[in-house]
Amino acid sequence: MRTLNLRIVRGGPGRPATYQTYQVSVDEHLNILDAVQKVWATQDPTLLFRHACHHASCGLCGVRVNGRERLMCLTPIAEFPEGATVTLEPLRNFPWVGDLVVDVKPLMDRMAAIQAPYVRKDELTAGSEEGTRFEDCIECGLCMSACPVVGSDSAYLGPSPLAMIKRLLEEPRGRDIQSLCALAGDAHGAWRCHSVMECVEVCPSNVAPSQAIGLLRRYLILRGRRQLAGAERR
Amino acid sequence: MTLHAVIIGAGSTGAAVAHDLTLRGYRVTVVERGEVACETTGRNHGLLHSGARYVLNDPPAARECAEDNALMRKLMPGILELNGGLFVALNEEDLSYKDAFLEACAQAGVPAEEIPVQEALRLEPNLNPRILAAVKVQDGVFDPFHFTLAFLATAKQHGAVVHTYTEVIDLLWNGRSVGGVKVRDRRDGREYAIGADLVVNAAGPWAGRIGAMAHVDIAVLPVAGTMVAVGRRWVRRVINRLCPPCDGGIIVPQRRNSVVGTTSWPVENPDYIAIPPEQVEAMLAAGEEFIPGFRSAPLRGISAAARPLLRESSQLVAADPGARGITRGFSCFNHAGDGAPGLFSIIGGKTTTSRLMAEVMGDVINEATGITTPCRTREVPLLPYHAFYV
Repeated sequence: MRTLNLRIVRGGPGRPATYQTYQVSVDEHLNILDAVQKVWATQDPTLLFRHACHHASCGLCGVRVNGRERLMCLTPIAEFPEGATVTLEPLRNFPWVGDLVVDVKPLMDRMAAIQAPYVRKDELTAGSEEGTRFEDCIECGLCMSACPVVGSDSAYLGPSPLAMIKRLLEEPRGRDIQSLCALAGDAHGAWRCHSVMECVEVCPSNVAPSQAIGLLRRYLILRGRRQLAGAERR
Repeated sequence: MTLHAVIIGAGSTGAAVAHDLTLRGYRVTVVERGEVACETTGRNHGLLHSGARYVLNDPPAARECAEDNALMRKLMPGILELNGGLFVALNEEDLSYKDAFLEACAQAGVPAEEIPVQEALRLEPNLNPRILAAVKVQDGVFDPFHFTLAFLATAKQHGAVVHTYTEVIDLLWNGRSVGGVKVRDRRDGREYAIGADLVVNAAGPWAGRIGAMAHVDIAVLPVAGTMVAVGRRWVRRVINRLCPPCDGGIIVPQRRNSVVGTTSWPVENPDYIAIPPEQVEAMLAAGEEFIPGFRSAPLRGISAAARPLLRESSQLVAADPGARGITRGFSCFNHAGDGAPGLFSIIGGKTTTSRLMAEVMGDVINEATGITTPCRTREVPLLPYHAFYV
């Protein structure tokens, strides 16, 4: 068992944020999410937090842990020494619902606009037959929170939507490439990225958005060149 | 006149009932104290069962599972990994079940094809080369949160309203009938009433708590199960052990990960389940039996949630016409017989057959209300889950 002090943001729109600290003991093999759930279950049922799968698939439990975007289910208790204070704050750049919960609609609207797919070809496992798997992106929003451009431009598509556009260019699955390129190529698309790379730092699921944006830019340039040369319709 | 149904719980059960009832013309409001699918549903294995798991001990369940599996492939194709599955025999005892298993699959209409071990190892190079037999089945994989969202998104399109972070603190009465719910919005503490013509209790492990508000004894036994995820996709397909249900008998791949589960032990408080480290170790060891080297992949999550099982000694009489519900571990109740007309409960079941569970609950509700619109969920495809946020 390890005892930690969870210092958690409390409050919501219209109620100023305060920090409330809870002391909680959990088994060392577990994660911060378990500690938060224990606080809610045994100390304070008013605490708001998002979670579902507890194994980094649903994308719900993203917060800032000691200032850093993390999934709570992938933040081991064992990372913190006995008695440590762990500060938990909601993600940035999303409307605040209350405590650790934010409204992810801005990200979901962008994903809906590009008709983001959930399933792709499985290139990971052996076998000659066609296999499928879920796309890497779990839409957790950590990248959107960590990205300073998302913070300063409310129309910026953002790391994960742009990475998803790149995935669609690689594997179209019936999407309209022209309109995707228009989205990615506009003033709030791929050219807004400043290569800060925070998205890559925080992504828990192998998406590496900044790298995808680089490839997307190259694609847009090459496509533009072909269109100028008359080799491709605009 | 449109009847208003309030559904308590936005797990897969509540979501599927919302979808079913909207298509029958009910006005639907879903209230959920947390996030969608935040408890039992969120942490299930994500296995779209082929039905093969039930052929030996519950053939009617197996048949219905296989039928609904095929249906769900049509209704939500965009969010399923559809690579099928394998049942493998790890030892002589497993092997001894094979013939009965294959025969039972054929009887129950569950597609199952034995393949040579060499073929299985060619398909899945990381499988233990010492397996003694392999049978191909039509398992699929879903993510439970997105599965649930898809039902809710579709229900919303048909007029349903979903209130998350909204906790039911009491039932409301209209004379002697249940006439709605009193709720607390957990975001600001505001309490308010939602009137309804009927209330459906889909609160899973907390169904007893809702029942108590109506002085109805719903004896739900929370039985927890642990799963462990590792960060490597060891197999393309679901791998099941060819044996009667046992601990750690299933590995479900998804994305770049493999999830091994599960266990089974009764717990006191479904709100927080302390996962014993021995269970984590047992699951990793079970993974290792299927896939040598399984545990060399980094840990990517330890999860547990409570299955809501109906206590055998329950006094309630299932309202399910034709008693279809009882044999596959779910029961639908019309509590008019328990002194709470207007209150219905749906207890137990599996996310993989949510649609079917909701069809049965919808039929029970229709019997009580006199609405005759039949279930339409077999025909209406589910929306992409992003539509939930519109």
